[in-house]
Amino acid sequence: MKSSSHVILLGPQRLKPTLGAAVRTLGLDGRIATITAGWQEREADDQELHYHLDGRSINLRLYQRAEELFENDPEFAEAHRARQETLQRLQELYELRLAHALEAVIELFRRPDKSALLDEERGEALEAVRTLDARHLARVAEVHAAFEERWKPTEREEIARERQRLSEILCWTPALAIAGGHVAVLLNRLRLFDIAGLLTGQPIIAWSAGAMAIGQRVVLFHDNPPQGPGHASVLDVGLGLCKGVVPLPHAWRRLKLEDVGRVSRLVRRFHPDLCIALADGGKLEWDGKKWHGDEGAHRLRKDGRLEVMAA
Amino acid sequence: MIRSMRQKPVIEQERGSLAIRELIDDEDLTRAKVDAWIGARTFPIIEGSSCTFLYRGEADEVHLRHWIFGLPSSQSFQHLPGTDLWVLVMDVPPNSRVEYKLEVIHHGHARWVEDPLNPHRARDPFGANSVIFGAGYESPTWAEADAETRQGTFEDITMPSEAFGDERRVTIYLPARFRRTRRYPLLVVHDGGDYLQYSGLKTVLDNLIHRLEIPELIAVLTYPQDRLREYADDERHARFLTEELVPKVEADFPLRGTPGGRCIMGASFGAVAALSTAVRYPGFYSRLLLQSGSFAFTDIGTQHQRGPLFDPVVAFMNAFRSAPAKVVERTFVSCGIYESLIYENRSLVPFLQSTGMEVRFIEARDGHNWENWRDRLREGLSWLYPGPLWMVYE
Repeated sequence: MKSSSHVILLGPQRLKPTLGAAVRTLGLDGRIATITAGWQEREADDQELHYHLDGRSINLRLYQRAEELFENDPEFAEAHRARQETLQRLQELYELRLAHALEAVIELFRRPDKSALLDEERGEALEAVRTLDARHLARVAEVHAAFEERWKPTEREEIARERQRLSEILCWTPALAIAGGHVAVLLNRLRLFDIAGLLTGQPIIAWSAGAMAIGQRVVLFHDNPPQGPGHASVLDVGLGLCKGVVPLPHAWRRLKLEDVGRVSRLVRRFHPDLCIALADGGKLEWDGKKWHGDEGAHRLRKDGRLEVMAA
Repeated sequence: MIRSMRQKPVIEQERGSLAIRELIDDEDLTRAKVDAWIGARTFPIIEGSSCTFLYRGEADEVHLRHWIFGLPSSQSFQHLPGTDLWVLVMDVPPNSRVEYKLEVIHHGHARWVEDPLNPHRARDPFGANSVIFGAGYESPTWAEADAETRQGTFEDITMPSEAFGDERRVTIYLPARFRRTRRYPLLVVHDGGDYLQYSGLKTVLDNLIHRLEIPELIAVLTYPQDRLREYADDERHARFLTEELVPKVEADFPLRGTPGGRCIMGASFGAVAALSTAVRYPGFYSRLLLQSGSFAFTDIGTQHQRGPLFDPVVAFMNAFRSAPAKVVERTFVSCGIYESLIYENRSLVPFLQSTGMEVRFIEARDGHNWENWRDRLREGLSWLYPGPLWMVYE
C-alpha cells in the first residue's frame, strides 16, 4: 500500500464548509471522485457536497455497491459478516484489557509526588498501553490477511467487475474526496473494493471519518461519553494513504482539551504520530514531505497544551 | 435605621460565617443597605452545603414548603427584628435539586407563592415551583436547545382502540433526517405530553441523537385519559399498547419490529404502566426505563397507606415480587432520594436482578418531579439504546 504524495485533511464540514476552497487551490480541471460510504443509507444524499464541488462531483457509491454485492454473493456476504463478528469480539477483548491498562496509567499520573522511580513506572505503564495498541492492530491485520487469503475478494467476479468500473472512474478524475460518517463502515467499504490499489496518485481530500480512515491506524476517541470511562482506543489499521498523523475531528466537542494531563497522555501514547485537533473547516496538508496546518489545525503537545500549526 | 430591636436571631449563633450575618450584624441597617445587599446577590444563597432563603415583605409567618421526604414538609423562617426580612438557613447537600414554594401567612391568610427572589422555576402539570440547586448541580447542557442540533419532527395521529372502546391520540416523534429505508428502534413514552412539556423530551431526543449518544429512533408519545386507573396495571392499557398501538406504528413506520427494538418508559404511575405492560407481555419488549415508579407493595397482607388508587398497584407489585420474571433484557431504574418512593424503588432492584435481566439503578438528590426525570434521560436512554458515538465522525 502506498501513501499519496498530496493529502489534504479537513475539519468537519457541516458548519464551515471549506472543501470547495481546498479543491480550488489544487487548480484541477475535471470531475472530482467522491466517497460518502460513511453516510451509509444516506450515501446518495450528496447534493450539498456536489454543490461545494461546483457541480463537479461523481460519487463512487461504495456503500450501495457493497449492498448489491452482498445480495448477489451470499456466500461472500456470510464470510464477510463472520469476519466482522470476529473483529467485534477482538475489539471487545482489547478494550477490556485496555481499560485496566489505562486505569493504571491514570492512577500513576494522578500521584502528586515527583521521583525518578515514579517517572519510570509511568513510562512503562504507557509503554504497556502502546504495546497493547500495537498488538491489537497486528491481530486485526492478521484477521484481514486471513480473510484476504481465504476469500481473495478482488478476484471474485462481482467485486472484480465493480473494481473495474471504479478504476475507470478513478483514471480520469484528478482528485478524490472522502467524506466522514461511520468510520468502521467507511473503512470497510474502502477496503472491500481495495480503493487504495486503484488510485493513480491523485490528490486526496478527506475530512472527519474520511481523514481517520486513510491514515495508518484508526483511533476512536471521546472523553465524555454517557457510559464508560471514555478511553480512546485503536480500531483498525487504516488505508495507509497518509502517515504520521492522528486526526481528531470534533476535538473540542469530544475531548477534554483543557485537561492537560489527559491530552499529554494521549500525545505520548500515539507518539511519534502528530495528534491534530481539526476545528470546523480547519486544514492540514501533506506536501509529500511534511504536514502543514492552518489556524484550524491544532497540534496537541506533549505538555498537554495545544499549538496552532499555522503559528 | 430600620431595625429597632437589637435582638439577634438564632441563625447567627449557628451559622456565624454565612453571608446573611452581614445583615444581622449591621447596627445601622437601612432600607437602602438592604436593597443594595439583596441586589448584589442571587437567591437562595448557596454556601457550601448551607442554603439561605430570604423573603422580604409583610407577613406574620413565612414557611418553606417542600417535598423532601424525611424532612418536615414545612420549615419556618425567622424574622429579622426591625426589618421586613425573613430568613431560613437549611442544609442542602451537594448536587441536590430541590423544588419548593413559600407559604406566607399574613392577617390570618395563608398563600403559597413562588420565591420572588429566586428566578429559577420548574414547571409541572400543577403550575410551577421555585428551585434551588445545591453546590455542584449543573443543569444538563444536553437538555437545552442547541443551534447545531438537527430537529426531529412530530406527526399526530388518532387511532381507535378496541381495548378502551374509544379513540386515542398519539404523537409520533421522527428523528431528524428520517428515512423510510432505515429501520429504527421504538421508544413508547407514557405521559408523552408531560414529558414533552416539562422534561423537554423533544430537545433531549434531538440532542442525544445529534450527539450520537443514542441511535436515531422513533418515539411514540401516548396520552392517558383516565391516568391513575389506566396506568395501575390495567389489562386494557397493556393490550392497547401491545396489540394495537405497537403493531400499528410498526406497520406504518420503518421500525425494527423485534423485541430488541422496543422500549417502554414512564415515570411515577407511568413506570407502573410500563412494567405491568412488560409483565403482561413477556418477551415482546426488551427494554424498560422506569423513573420514580409508584411501586407500592406490602410485605404482609394488603393494607397500605397510599389510598385506594394504589390498590391495583399493590396487588400487581406484590404478585411480581413474589414471582419476579425476566420479562425484558434490560431495565433502567431511577429515583430521587428525596421522594418517598425511594424505598420502593430501591427494594425493587434486587427482584429485577434476580431474574437475570440487566439492571441499572441510579439515585439522584432530587424529588418526584419532571426535571429529575429529565436529568436522568441521558444516562437511561444511552444505556438502553447506545448510540454510534464511538464510530461516527461527520
